[in-house]
Amino acid sequence: MNLAQADRPTIKWSWIGDNSDKIFARFIEHIELTVLAVAIGLLISVPLAIYAYRHRWFYTPLTSVTGILYTIPSLALFAFLLPYTGLTVQTAEIGLVGYTLLILIRNIVAGLAGVPPDVREAARGMGFSSGQMLWRVEMPLALPVIMAGVRLATVTTVGLVTVTALIGKGGLGFFILSGMRTDFITAILVGSILSLVLAVTVDGLLVYLERRITPWSRSRAGQRRPAPKTQSSIGPRVA
Amino acid sequence: MDQLTAVWEWFMMESTWRGSGIDPGILVRVYEHMSMSLQAVALAALLVLPIGLYIGHTRRWEFAAISIGNFGRALPSFGILGITFFITTALDVPGILGFWATFTALFLLAIPPILTNTYVGIKGVDADTIEAARGMGMTEREILTRLEIPLAAPLIVAGIRLATVQVVATATLGAVVAWGGLGRYIVDGLARGNDVLLLGGAILVALLAIVTEVAFGVLERIAAPRLTSQKKRVVAGSRSGQLGPAA
Amino acid sequence: MTGDVMISLKNVSKVFDSAEGSAAVHDLSMDIVRGETVVLVGPSGCGKTTTMKMINRLVEPTSGEITVNGTDVMKQDPVELRRGIGYVIQSIGLMPHRTIAQNIATVPELLKWDATKVKQRVAELSDILELDEALLGRYPNELSGGQRQRVGVARALAVDPPVMLMDEPFGAVDPIVRERLQDQFLDLQDRLKKTIVFVTHDIDEAIKMADRIAILNRGGVIEQFASPEEILRSPANDFVKQFVGVERGLKRLALLKVSQIGIEEGPVVSPEAPIRDAERAMEKFDYDWCSVVEDGELLGWVDRESLGGCLTVAEAQARPFSAYVTHDSTLREALDSIVTSRTQVAVVASGGQRYVGILSLERISKEIIS
Repeated sequence: MNLAQADRPTIKWSWIGDNSDKIFARFIEHIELTVLAVAIGLLISVPLAIYAYRHRWFYTPLTSVTGILYTIPSLALFAFLLPYTGLTVQTAEIGLVGYTLLILIRNIVAGLAGVPPDVREAARGMGFSSGQMLWRVEMPLALPVIMAGVRLATVTTVGLVTVTALIGKGGLGFFILSGMRTDFITAILVGSILSLVLAVTVDGLLVYLERRITPWSRSRAGQRRPAPKTQSSIGPRVA
Repeated sequence: MDQLTAVWEWFMMESTWRGSGIDPGILVRVYEHMSMSLQAVALAALLVLPIGLYIGHTRRWEFAAISIGNFGRALPSFGILGITFFITTALDVPGILGFWATFTALFLLAIPPILTNTYVGIKGVDADTIEAARGMGMTEREILTRLEIPLAAPLIVAGIRLATVQVVATATLGAVVAWGGLGRYIVDGLARGNDVLLLGGAILVALLAIVTEVAFGVLERIAAPRLTSQKKRVVAGSRSGQLGPAA
Repeated sequence: MTGDVMISLKNVSKVFDSAEGSAAVHDLSMDIVRGETVVLVGPSGCGKTTTMKMINRLVEPTSGEITVNGTDVMKQDPVELRRGIGYVIQSIGLMPHRTIAQNIATVPELLKWDATKVKQRVAELSDILELDEALLGRYPNELSGGQRQRVGVARALAVDPPVMLMDEPFGAVDPIVRERLQDQFLDLQDRLKKTIVFVTHDIDEAIKMADRIAILNRGGVIEQFASPEEILRSPANDFVKQFVGVERGLKRLALLKVSQIGIEEGPVVSPEAPIRDAERAMEKFDYDWCSVVEDGELLGWVDRESLGGCLTVAEAQARPFSAYVTHDSTLREALDSIVTSRTQVAVVASGGQRYVGILSLERISKEIIS
């Protein structure tokens, strides 16, 4: 590693202009890695969570396994995969997807469990089949809690993507790593700040999306909103 | 399979544990890793707990607490490490290379979860209970120490656990800025293309994180036995308080 | 009761695992006739809700047979069965993520009606239940309790099901709104003639809403199954007597109409008649006052005092009655009229001021005692 004395302590604005196309490309890569991870995470979580919701015995083993996955530091998880999948997108994605699972599964199950029992009984009384009940009543009503999970998973993933720089991917993390190696603060700041901006922006967009798809939940400020516990006490995974 | 056998053999060598040459061995690395992590969390807790109690009790500066919580969530830890690394080298901070960079980054990372949980925990104490206490003539100080802190204890401990597990995980990245800890094995393994070091390091780091998590789970149960009955009220297995997220 | 049987329960039992905590039902049989409202009432744990829920198979009977419109419910697909039966519960269970219009349209949509027909039906129902059109685009949490309850009823009526099951439908609203909803529902039922099974724990609500009441005891045993009037008049046993409570007589008064009991003649005199006639009329009935009636038209009343020194009745200014009752009034209203009037009787009139007769306290109490 290049540990030369810091002889360029100031930000080089010109570097940003000169490398705007590279920065943009990494920015896009960052978004791609994030979206892919959350999308695959959802595809895996939804059926598992629904199954765990219907068969309670499955919930504990499911969250234990995904919980362990969640606890493993990202660098270690990537390291486990490297000998098998190498410096590929798969390595990065398997790890990133792994981290989304616990958050998503927990929130989907909590969302489903939070559906008011009277609504469920009324729906059954009116002749909803169990499939109709799930897709027309339970899932829509669980959406606010599920979206909270999607937000947390997405913001977490945006941060974790930077670590994948160490295994040759990284999106904006590429600049952080190369900045560290060359002692170049401009690159470190560009990578960090853009990643932060991306996380905040995506979070904002998801809030907007949630409001659009759940117009009914707006007027009842927190009335029956299931425990924010699910969102706040599960911390973001940062490394 | 060969790789796993090689990793097994690596773990069986005494020098792996006790060190040889410039390699200090696993035991020292674990010590480095944990003492760095715990010190960073301890310093953060010392500083942030009073602030969280103040905000939660007075409801002043709530916005700041919420913002720091959200900001902490959105900030890439890798980026923070990059910045602290640059600053410490630029300032020519004395000491072991990468130590202060790692320590500062870990300290910063520990702040948001402790602050948020303390503040949310204190704020979440039932308003009627507090009013009743005030009505009985408790001073604000008594309300805080006899009512709010004991009731918020489970959440506060959960915040410290969250911070610790995150910090232990992030300490792994310290090796990227030339510091030690268990991340050393992974980073060296990566740099040298040595899968045995890579996998061995990954196993150690994963185990340490899980042990930390589990140890805190036990600690939490001891610290707040009442939590068990509360748990049942929480919706379908959002045992969120317990099974911890990490970082 | 005449007419054909719409819902029939034969020796129906339901046994729960001890853990489930729902009330059991033991060997219950009951026939419910098309177009009548049967109210199941009883203390908690009497199995009234369990009994009702077995009809649409939200609870599966352990044994026995239940038929709706001649078809054994156990031989039908429960989902199909439920779509054909209106269902209203206390907490309503409107879907918070769907607008009022979408909520009302729930079952039509499940049955895949085409959009125009659904829209038309929603408009029709909001008209019937007096729901403001502006409410249709709103979400349930923006409505008041009473409005939500009406939406719940509209939703249950959406596909015009012949049978409605209602579980304490007005239990969650305040007493004033509840009364209004009950009246509105009675009006509605007059027009729609649904077969209704209605569950409540409130005997007064049962008396008000029911054509027949089934009083259930613990374990789903029917203690009495009869019209409200009959239950009040002759409770089958001590349990019923106790459940119906004190003021049984007063409650009956609210059910009986003036037209249902004999009306007395009462002292009457025409304005042209001499004073003597008035005195004779008063003596005959042993009253100290007399109604003044001209060609069947009720003008008011006079007493000995006001007649003093007059030659004809007309000279003594007839004073108007402060209140009178009609054939359709309840005996309770008649009683109220008696205790608040100077004359100590209720005057019965019809079609404006046509004199019919009088109702005395003795007459009413005789009716209640019999």
